[in-house]
Amino acid sequence: MSVNEVVAGEPGGPAPAEAAARPPSSLGREALRRLVRNPMAVVGMVLIAVFVLVAVFAPLIAPYSPTDNSWLDQVRPGQYPGPSAEHWLGIDPLGRDVFSRIIYGARQSLLIGVVALALGAVAGIALGVLAGAFGGWVDTTVMRFVDIMLSVPGLLFAIAVAAMLGQSLTSVMIAIAVVNVPIFARLLRGEMLGQRGADYVLAARSLGISRSAIVFRHVLPNSFTPVIVQGTLTLALAIVEAAGLAFLGLSGSDPSAPEWGRMLTDAQDTLTSAPMLAIYPGLAIVLAALGFTLVGESLREALDPKFRR
Amino acid sequence: MSLLEVRDLEVHFPIKAGTLFQRTVGAVKAVDGVDLDIEAGTTFGLVGESGCGKSTLGRAIMRLIEPTKGSVTLDGQDILALSERRMRAVRRQFQMVFQDPMASLDPRQSVESLLTEPLRAHKIPGGAAGHAKRIRELLDVVGLPESVVNRYPHEFSGGQRQRLGIARALVLNPALIIADEPVSALDVSIQAQVINLLKELQERFSLTYVVIAHDLAVVRHISKTVAVMYLGGIVEQAPAADLYRQPLHPYTKALMSAVPVPDPNVEGSRSRILLQGDLPSPANPPTGCRFHTRCPWKQATKCDTERPALRELPLVAPGHKVACHFAEDILSGTITPHEVKPEEVALTPAADDTSGIEAAADATEAHVAGGLTPGGPPGAH
Amino acid sequence: MTLLEVRDLSVTFTRSGQQPVRAVDGVTFDVAAGQSVGIVGESGSGKSVTSLAVMGLLPSRGVSVGGTVTLDGNELTSMDQRELRDVRGRDVAMIFQDPMTSLNPVVTNGKQLVEVLTRHAGLSKGEAKTEAEQLLRRVGIPDPVRRLGEYPHQLSGGMRQRVMIAIAIACRPKLLIADEPTTALDVTIQAQILDLLRTLVAESGCGMIMITHDLGVVAGLCDDVHVMYSGRIVESAGTKDLFARPSHPYTDGLLQSIPRIDDDDPADLLHTIPGSARDTVAWDRGCAFQPRCERAVAECLSGPPAVTELGTPIVPHPVRCLRPVGEDVSLHEGNVAR
Repeated sequence: MSVNEVVAGEPGGPAPAEAAARPPSSLGREALRRLVRNPMAVVGMVLIAVFVLVAVFAPLIAPYSPTDNSWLDQVRPGQYPGPSAEHWLGIDPLGRDVFSRIIYGARQSLLIGVVALALGAVAGIALGVLAGAFGGWVDTTVMRFVDIMLSVPGLLFAIAVAAMLGQSLTSVMIAIAVVNVPIFARLLRGEMLGQRGADYVLAARSLGISRSAIVFRHVLPNSFTPVIVQGTLTLALAIVEAAGLAFLGLSGSDPSAPEWGRMLTDAQDTLTSAPMLAIYPGLAIVLAALGFTLVGESLREALDPKFRR
Repeated sequence: MSLLEVRDLEVHFPIKAGTLFQRTVGAVKAVDGVDLDIEAGTTFGLVGESGCGKSTLGRAIMRLIEPTKGSVTLDGQDILALSERRMRAVRRQFQMVFQDPMASLDPRQSVESLLTEPLRAHKIPGGAAGHAKRIRELLDVVGLPESVVNRYPHEFSGGQRQRLGIARALVLNPALIIADEPVSALDVSIQAQVINLLKELQERFSLTYVVIAHDLAVVRHISKTVAVMYLGGIVEQAPAADLYRQPLHPYTKALMSAVPVPDPNVEGSRSRILLQGDLPSPANPPTGCRFHTRCPWKQATKCDTERPALRELPLVAPGHKVACHFAEDILSGTITPHEVKPEEVALTPAADDTSGIEAAADATEAHVAGGLTPGGPPGAH
Repeated sequence: MTLLEVRDLSVTFTRSGQQPVRAVDGVTFDVAAGQSVGIVGESGSGKSVTSLAVMGLLPSRGVSVGGTVTLDGNELTSMDQRELRDVRGRDVAMIFQDPMTSLNPVVTNGKQLVEVLTRHAGLSKGEAKTEAEQLLRRVGIPDPVRRLGEYPHQLSGGMRQRVMIAIAIACRPKLLIADEPTTALDVTIQAQILDLLRTLVAESGCGMIMITHDLGVVAGLCDDVHVMYSGRIVESAGTKDLFARPSHPYTDGLLQSIPRIDDDDPADLLHTIPGSARDTVAWDRGCAFQPRCERAVAECLSGPPAVTELGTPIVPHPVRCLRPVGEDVSLHEGNVAR
């Protein structure tokens, strides 16, 4: 494990040559090794992989179009065909194939999740870097702004955005993104402030390295670990939030678009006669969110220096 | 000629209170009027207990903390007057070695990147090949094999990390190195290796050292001149041999008698001056002589009203300076120590560990959220 | 009279998917009442694990403890957790390096003391309060009434360590284990605390184990010393004997490499022990210190080194070394353990 073997060439452990030949291990590589050893992380990664593959290749996987309502004639009020060989998860009250809708719904969820996360994270990171890199009055100003953002309840804000921009996918994404901005900003700023006090930053300063190089080459990379973890967890939250907003009728204007949250809303009316119509999209949401949560938590563990030997 | 001259240096950290609108309600006087003259090619030892301001002094000399008053002259140039840009260029001339070799190395930086970064930042000519050659030289100088260039800090042992820290300090060929507790985080059997390395490097590159440490034995071994700090000021300074043979200041006497000696015969026979209580808070230091609250030789006059200046006592040894009104009388035995009651000392408690001062040193101010707690600022330990 | 007997103590840590690590191996020593015994070693030498094993404080999962620990005739190693809890605090007490993390930050000093007194010494609350005050006074804390109502963070490091000591001695333990009690403190405060410990042992007649890396602390405080290296005791002797005649190359090298404050004519360079504690050999293959040892010969790697007795049956001075310093007997077959 140590360079000692090279230095002292000690007879007990592995041969010096062997130790020297071992490729240098960076922190990232070591974290990755710990990650794949964690069964929780593997389950999470499999879930995410399935989710992403399904979303990307939805047209290839889904047997029918999600909006195709050719099977309306098979539906009678209070009686919806359950799983069959043609329709694996049955048919919904509007005569559409549930399985195909779930598959296409993954697309929508992933899109909302990724875009909302990207918007929120970029804005949050920018604010966090600003506050963390400069400190002083810049920090105070930015953080007060962030506090104001935090004080507005997320749901209320989402409804307001939807009211302003109209019911569209964009509003949903912006709403979720905005809710996440302060989370990233505060996290990164706190981490950077902590790192700025570290001895290695002092060492870099005493070497005459410029302020921007210190921030971008040392402080930021060392502050990023919790942001990555938060990002993964946020994806899970974004998926749930998107479903929640859709459930409240705040998603895109096209009611026939396949969306897990909206499928839940629609299933409400038939909850007693066809509970499975609610359970399928619910399960999809849970599994997708679970995948990201598991990976996020395992990442936290893998990157945490306390677990490092 | 002195390589480094420090005059009347002061570092006061404002204590702020209030959540939204902050106002300054006092100051932690971490360094409070220090003069230093450090000769080129020598080692200057700075000793004192945690909270005495020695680390802050070291960092203020390097302008890693802005002093609130005074001047620092390096090689004839007043560095406190320099702009940030000019200062960055001057930083080539002096470097720092830190206590915790793990914390002072960026965990994401390989050895190669760690050592080339300063070369690139200062646009040292030579190109990639020249820099690589310089790195190999440096690693050899500090006793590490060339093969470690692609390794990361966590792959090294404590002693090796400190060697890396020293190599980094040497990259730019500095004249002065300030080493802040360079061995105290290392195992005993490794300390000697690093001390020897520092000595060898000094001879080889005619370096000037300021060694800041709490371990008086280490400082004695390595230094030509030693200064003892107490609560932000220097109380005694002398050539190492003189200081240890004949400490004049009561605090120095107590400090020296408290250091355990690895020899049961010596331990069994020597007399100890046990100080009562703890270091008073540097936010509210005692009036007069800072040490008078704990001093067993305290006199009824002067001690609690007049701050003694650091003055030379040439009768004892040339260059032996002490900041005590009654140094001559203590030396001649005209005044004798008396018992100090713990109750008398406890009047100014330093509530939070006073090492908080050192910890807060990197923050430019000491901040007390909400209200004032007695003692130093809450340490960010 | 022997108070504590530790016989062949071993501690092995096992983690799934990793080689088991033997942190402590074959540790044997005695502590008599009124005696201070020093266990000296660097980080990773197993000295702290030894003390935790004596206290029965190691977690049961992933740790296997071998050997016996007998306190006052009672074997601690065969006790269950309940019995052990009774012994801890009442018969054995421990002082740790960092008093801040060993004291509960949200409970006042007084409450923490009173709790110990009511639970282990069976005092009523009122009695416990008076006793707590007495204890603080005894450990040299001025204005004890006020200090009892304060929280640990309101005290300085030295004062906190005194409170810890007060809690430790609250039930008049037979054995005090101090694990680096002064490492986090400044020298003048260290001197105060060591002085206090010295007085307490002399007055109460309890036994004390002093775990430290500082040979200077041992020299001033302990009667016997055991030097540990890589999980084993490599040399044991009376303190004066050990410092006068350090015989294991490690002990000798360590003593020579420490700069001394009373050395009026210091050599230019210090003596050094090469390498670091990471350069080691498993004890069953040879001497763990061999890679760093100046006196090492080929035989040092032929199995666990035998113990050479340099003392007398009354004043023993065992050294786990084939070629102890100062004993320049040529190696003959009989000395080498096969």
